[in-house]
Amino acid sequence: MTQSLKDKLIILLLAALGAAFLVTFIAIEEQAEIFALLVFAGVLIIASAKLGLTDKISQSLSRNERLLNLSVIAAMLVVIFWFHEDHFPLLMIATVLLYVVACCGLNMQFGYTGVVNFAGAAFFGVGCYTAAVLGGTGTPLLLVIALGGVMAAIIGSILIIPVLRTRGHYAAVVTIAFGLLFRTFLEVNDTLGGPQGLPVSGMNLFGWDFNSNIQITENIEFSFYMNYVILALIMVILTFILMRRIERSWIGLNFDAVRLDETAAACYGINIKRWKILSFTLGNFLAGTAGALFAMMLGFIAPSNFAFSDSLILVSIVLLGGMGSIWGTILAAGLVVLLPEKLQVIQEYRFLLYAVVMILILLFRPQGVLPRNLRSYIPGWRG
Amino acid sequence: MDMGLLGQFIVNGMMLGMMYALVAVGFTLFFGVLDVIKFSHGDVLMVGTFAGFSTYLGLGAIGIDNAFVQLIGVLVVAIGSMAILGAIIARYLVLPLKSAPPLNTLLVTLMLGTVLREAIRLFYPDGSNPKRFPSLLPTDSWTIGSFNLRADSVILLVGGLLVIVGVHVLINRTRLGMAIRAVAQDEETAKCMGINFKMIVLLTFGLGSAVAAFAGVMNGLYYNEINFGMGLLLGVIGFSAAIIGGLGNIYGAILGGFIFAALQTLGAVALPFASAYKDVFAFAVVIALIAWRPTGLIAEKTSERV
Repeated sequence: MTQSLKDKLIILLLAALGAAFLVTFIAIEEQAEIFALLVFAGVLIIASAKLGLTDKISQSLSRNERLLNLSVIAAMLVVIFWFHEDHFPLLMIATVLLYVVACCGLNMQFGYTGVVNFAGAAFFGVGCYTAAVLGGTGTPLLLVIALGGVMAAIIGSILIIPVLRTRGHYAAVVTIAFGLLFRTFLEVNDTLGGPQGLPVSGMNLFGWDFNSNIQITENIEFSFYMNYVILALIMVILTFILMRRIERSWIGLNFDAVRLDETAAACYGINIKRWKILSFTLGNFLAGTAGALFAMMLGFIAPSNFAFSDSLILVSIVLLGGMGSIWGTILAAGLVVLLPEKLQVIQEYRFLLYAVVMILILLFRPQGVLPRNLRSYIPGWRG
Repeated sequence: MDMGLLGQFIVNGMMLGMMYALVAVGFTLFFGVLDVIKFSHGDVLMVGTFAGFSTYLGLGAIGIDNAFVQLIGVLVVAIGSMAILGAIIARYLVLPLKSAPPLNTLLVTLMLGTVLREAIRLFYPDGSNPKRFPSLLPTDSWTIGSFNLRADSVILLVGGLLVIVGVHVLINRTRLGMAIRAVAQDEETAKCMGINFKMIVLLTFGLGSAVAAFAGVMNGLYYNEINFGMGLLLGVIGFSAAIIGGLGNIYGAILGGFIFAALQTLGAVALPFASAYKDVFAFAVVIALIAWRPTGLIAEKTSERV
């Protein structure tokens, strides 16, 4: 069997395995079974790492990126259609997907350019509130999603001057202060619903109401969350393409230079301000679009969804996955959103657990679960 | 405006300023010796307050109900335990990450803050609800015109002032302070001069956390209510205050603390919109101040070494 055929088989096998795992994981309810499944997956991963399989697999993956991307999408579709009539699993999947979009935005800031942003939930919230306010005005709702991103980018641009003029700790405090300011503002502002929040009208695309179930035939009916899951999946795919394109272009190269050494980058004539503004704005835009769709899906939003701890969770996802690693972000978003939903024992303790896990990661594996690889200009080339 | 009300606002603002300054001093001390931000500072403050509160309950349970003894007990336990906690945090979380990117230290301490906050919420008996902190100070008050000055406010302000002066004397007049300043100025040279670097770092973190615990007890005594989330806001405000003043500078931290309190009071009193916006206003001004003077009003005297 040739090498390339072997690679392809490995990828297809992995995608099938992943889909099967996800379906089982979401479908089973018994706590002991979920726990056993997790332990089994953990043992499998550790064993394959010990046997040196992960290295081989990751080489196969990096040689066949297009196939990998397509098979992951296919696996995702299998999972989605498996649960086509269950509301709750689809809601969970859509939430994961939207978190992926928002965290990709943060990843662009933290992972590519090194601009810190501890107000991720606030920009997500700007998108949500944009959707809530514009939802009833008859604006086309697909446009509302884009406008949610634009609003987040505009509001983020207020912070651009302080963020550009500061670095490190100082920039962190700017965004943290903004996050707190945003939530306090929402809580005391009566026109935006105050602490009670606002209702959001659902998505409606060219007269196709997203909030009613889809009747295919007499016996087959899709949950209305299906609409949102598909739309969120499309958003994830677009975001993924955008992130990959940026990473591989000279824009990404400039981003990396700015992150790794500002002084050196400036010496080589790279306009630091321009790239920081671009990545900060684009990142906030992504968070805002995710927020807008999230609000439409939930149908109701309140300031308590955008607390500082939610921003920290977004940052945790980026960090857990590995700075700048998109696959890492996808994996981490899945873990962080799904685990507490499935393991009810830890639901109450989830913030505590996230924080403990983050501390351990920072101490013992600061590069994250799936660290971003060094740039390789020839796929599969090892030097 | 009514004089009494004005006086009340001034005392309240001074009290807030004193607390913020105490928290900010901690941030500045840590940044001085190790160039790190310990973001769990506010939550250490909260844990200290809860330690003090538990001491009060414990003393009550064994039959000691003299307010003065209780106060001493609360202060000793809160300050002592937080000094130890601060040193432990420095030893096991901050020092191991010394050579890592500063962002990692920031994150690790942010997460530690979350751990402390959630641990109190989940594991302290009925921890998710606010607790009533006892008033252990004399409740006399003097009335000047329409202005009512409470004795406990005066005692707290004087106490806070004494702590700040104490820290100042410790840093500037003692051998330990000299060692701290030496480490802050140049770690390598300080080590060559025979200063035990690790010990000084641990002592500094202990000192900063002890000051925070004092501020926490002060907060409890003044507002008579504590909750698990009080540390987050105080920590962020203290951090902002330290940054407004200029990190690494004790006077800057004190100045920053009082500026922030003044902003909040001003936001509540003098501005045309509802007083609920006072925090929004204060944070907006902080962001603007940082944009204007990125390294604080009393700027760091360093330039970047390449």
